[in-house]
Amino acid sequence: MTFRDMATVLHAKVLCHEEKLDNPARTACCSDLMSDVLAFVNEKTVLITGLTNPHVMRTADMLDLKCLVFARGKIPTDDILETADEQGLIVMTTKETAFTTCGLLYEAGLRGVPIEWPEGEDA
Amino acid sequence: MSSFIHEEYPVAKGDYTRAGEASADIKRRLKQLGVSSNVMRKVAVASYEVELNLVIHSLGGKLMLDVGTDGVLLVSEDVGPGIPDIAMAMREGYSTASEEARSLGFGAGMGLPNMKRNADDFDIQSEMGKGTRISMRFNLA
Ligand SMILES: Nc1ncnc2c1ncn2[C@@H]1O[C@H](COP(=O)(O)OP(=O)(O)O)[C@@H](O)[C@H]1O
Ligand SMILES: [Mg+2]
Repeated sequence: MTFRDMATVLHAKVLCHEEKLDNPARTACCSDLMSDVLAFVNEKTVLITGLTNPHVMRTADMLDLKCLVFARGKIPTDDILETADEQGLIVMTTKETAFTTCGLLYEAGLRGVPIEWPEGEDA
Repeated sequence: MSSFIHEEYPVAKGDYTRAGEASADIKRRLKQLGVSSNVMRKVAVASYEVELNLVIHSLGGKLMLDVGTDGVLLVSEDVGPGIPDIAMAMREGYSTASEEARSLGFGAGMGLPNMKRNADDFDIQSEMGKGTRISMRFNLA
């Protein structure tokens, strides 16, 4: 699927980098805990979150994430969006909750980002 | 290590708005130097976690970056308060972070273990009343 398909499925409004919507999207993760995202996300993926503070953008920058989806209709402030614009990050916002956002995207074929377990730890 | 670049970034206690700026700059510089995106991400993640710790937990300090032919060296030094029990602090999930830090999505107690995991060499030393020094080395290959 593409980022455009994601936006369609979620009835999302695209806030940044609409010109990149035809690129492919394969995996995603969902978290409000940026430390967690920094710890386990290992590829350039999609982050679904309910947090709209500048650190979400920073986390996305550090990990070279491709796309942020803000759930439950949240929209970050203009200066945060400007940062996203500079970073080349696709940003969209959907009225769906984080749970429903994940469900709809999974149903449409998106899968969870593969995660690495810290050495010596079992699930 | 013979060094292509040496940079220092002061980091102020409690300055949540600017937290992450040093790490963003470090990442930009590594990119300019042509460091691979895999190594760049490791350094960026460790740098962001250690920078946030300076903001959240320390009384203030600095980050130092050295890039040479044999790798990247990232050192964090602060002026206190020090960590009473390093083994405890290194445990996943252990955190003394404030409500403010938590509301921003941090304070999960994953920072130090995550730094250790990303760095090829990780060293932490701390003295109560003096400060904490964390030194991380990353291979370029
Ligand atoms: N520079 C520091 N100065 C004092 N204490 C620190 C410092 N860095 C980390 N700590 C202590 O170690 C704990 C664990 O750190 P970390 O793994 O990054 O988790 P978190 O930042 O989420 O609390 C912190 O909660 C804090 O008590
Ligand atoms: Mg931390």
